[in-house]
Amino acid sequence: MRRGDPAPHFFDESMIFSFELLYEAVVFGILLGCFYAAVSIGLSVAFGLLDVPHVAHPAVMVAGAYGTWVLAGYGFDPILAGLTLMPLFFLAGMALYRFYYEAFARRGSNAGVRGIAFFFGVALIIEVGLIVLFGVDQRTVEASYIGSSVAFGDMRIPQRFLVGGGVALVLMATLTLYLSKTFTGRAIKAVAQDEPALRLMGADPVRIKQWAFGIATAVAALSGALLIIIGPVEPALDRVYIGRTFSVVVLAGLGSMTGTLAAGLILGISESIVLMLFGASWAPAVSFGLLLLVLAVRPQGLFGR
Amino acid sequence: MKFWIPSGLLLAAAAAAALIVENEYFFFAGYTVLMFVVLATAWNILGGYAGYVNFGTPAFFGLGAYTAAVLFKAFALPLGLQILAAAAMSGLLGLVAGVLTLRLRGIFFAIATIALVVIMETLIVNWRYAGGATGLQLLRPPPTLPFDSYIKMLFVLMGAMAVGAVALARWIEQSWVGRGLRAIRDSEEAAECSGVPTLRLKVFACVLSGALMGAAGAPMPMYLSFIEPASTFNLNYAIGALASPMIGGTGHFLGPVIGALLLSSIQQLVTVTVSSELNVLIVGVLLVLFVVAAPEGIVGLVRKWMRRSSG
Repeated sequence: MRRGDPAPHFFDESMIFSFELLYEAVVFGILLGCFYAAVSIGLSVAFGLLDVPHVAHPAVMVAGAYGTWVLAGYGFDPILAGLTLMPLFFLAGMALYRFYYEAFARRGSNAGVRGIAFFFGVALIIEVGLIVLFGVDQRTVEASYIGSSVAFGDMRIPQRFLVGGGVALVLMATLTLYLSKTFTGRAIKAVAQDEPALRLMGADPVRIKQWAFGIATAVAALSGALLIIIGPVEPALDRVYIGRTFSVVVLAGLGSMTGTLAAGLILGISESIVLMLFGASWAPAVSFGLLLLVLAVRPQGLFGR
Repeated sequence: MKFWIPSGLLLAAAAAAALIVENEYFFFAGYTVLMFVVLATAWNILGGYAGYVNFGTPAFFGLGAYTAAVLFKAFALPLGLQILAAAAMSGLLGLVAGVLTLRLRGIFFAIATIALVVIMETLIVNWRYAGGATGLQLLRPPPTLPFDSYIKMLFVLMGAMAVGAVALARWIEQSWVGRGLRAIRDSEEAAECSGVPTLRLKVFACVLSGALMGAAGAPMPMYLSFIEPASTFNLNYAIGALASPMIGGTGHFLGPVIGALLLSSIQQLVTVTVSSELNVLIVGVLLVLFVVAAPEGIVGLVRKWMRRSSG
């Protein structure tokens, strides 16, 4: 089992199968799924809509988690800390996209290998930067809702998962509304659908993409706050989440927001059931197995465009 | 001949050194450097020529290492057969992964290969016979004559494999296969329209690249007398295999070799003197720097410099 993985803290491995347990696994899976959807939504914008091979997204998220940890040291509530970090991450994201565009996208329509390698390098730099700044130890934050749990009948649900799920839903709803109702939001969707047409109409697709990438990065800051609420965080945690986030985005069908929630739930529930039936050592393979299955059978995803 | 004479001389020098020099550490470190030469060369066949990024080096490498370890545990198979079997298994993995995902755009293949690593690691962790999460202790057989130590023998063996891998990459680069792969990298649609069998070529490159990675992993259990999943499926192999060609230059068969030699030497220096984190940081910064500023790598820089000084 990987350190800092949120999933395995829930079950006692000596438990025997029963329908009650299955019910618990599904409930827990739904909460976990909302959380997975929340951490994937930024990538859903960056990779799904903008087509940027952003393999550094989970690393940005972990950086957000560490930012939250620093602010929490000054007495911030973790969620408030995540929200405070958002403007900063927004600007950093815009800068990163501008750099990526100037270096690769401008020269050709597809940066290909070099684009992927670039973001891979960025992920390494972020990861090691965090190790240099904070060391390899696990970090946690304190809040009233972390560590306590709520009883539902015989079940006890850790409150941090309820908070995580709640923030996830609010985040998804806000972003969905933003993309469908506001002018800029629609422009982002337009640039994803047909960039040349947008250019012909006199709009600047690069500025819109830069803005959207900024939003994706800002969302990653809040996702990072959720990450450290759900469980302890360490610099190398991004390696686990590369698989989870990409499998959610691909399963969703690139760029679909409702799809992202549905795919997150599917991943959460299947991971939680596998965890219950076969134990924690099999859980990491679930997201990746699901991803390979989707790529092989239905590469356009569940809600593909 | 321009290729075979120098590489034959290098190999002979390595063998002679192994027979004369006493200090084992030199060979212990040299083995790792040569292993990364093989891995980087293997990566470049698919990543450099065809433009499909493979993050799954640890999956192929680890499958090779575990194939060798399990065959040794079960039948005490000799090392040569272990390497062949490892190459076959990893090549098979390349075939399956390639057929499933190489139809899709490059980024999907890249993500799928990350998935392969975790799936392979999970399978091994849950396989008791192969030692599970705790690993497997293996007893080395005595070294084959004329070598007096096993590490020295492995060093020369890995040197031979490195020459073989580079020769294979060179053949691909200069044959119609390489031309087809480069056509795929530049424009897949155009290649398909001109009658290049794109999928077959990509899968072929993926199988070959995977088999070489598996072969590079096969001597690992003997090298350490021990095998364990977390370090065998470590992402650092993916970093080394990807960064070396990108830094050295993906267009020429010497690019991965130069990159691997450079990165491994930095690694030896920095890890011993400062820290292993700093080493990863240096690799990351170099990777970004080269990808942005020198897309043709060191080989490209040298070529440009030579052209300028001659003309």
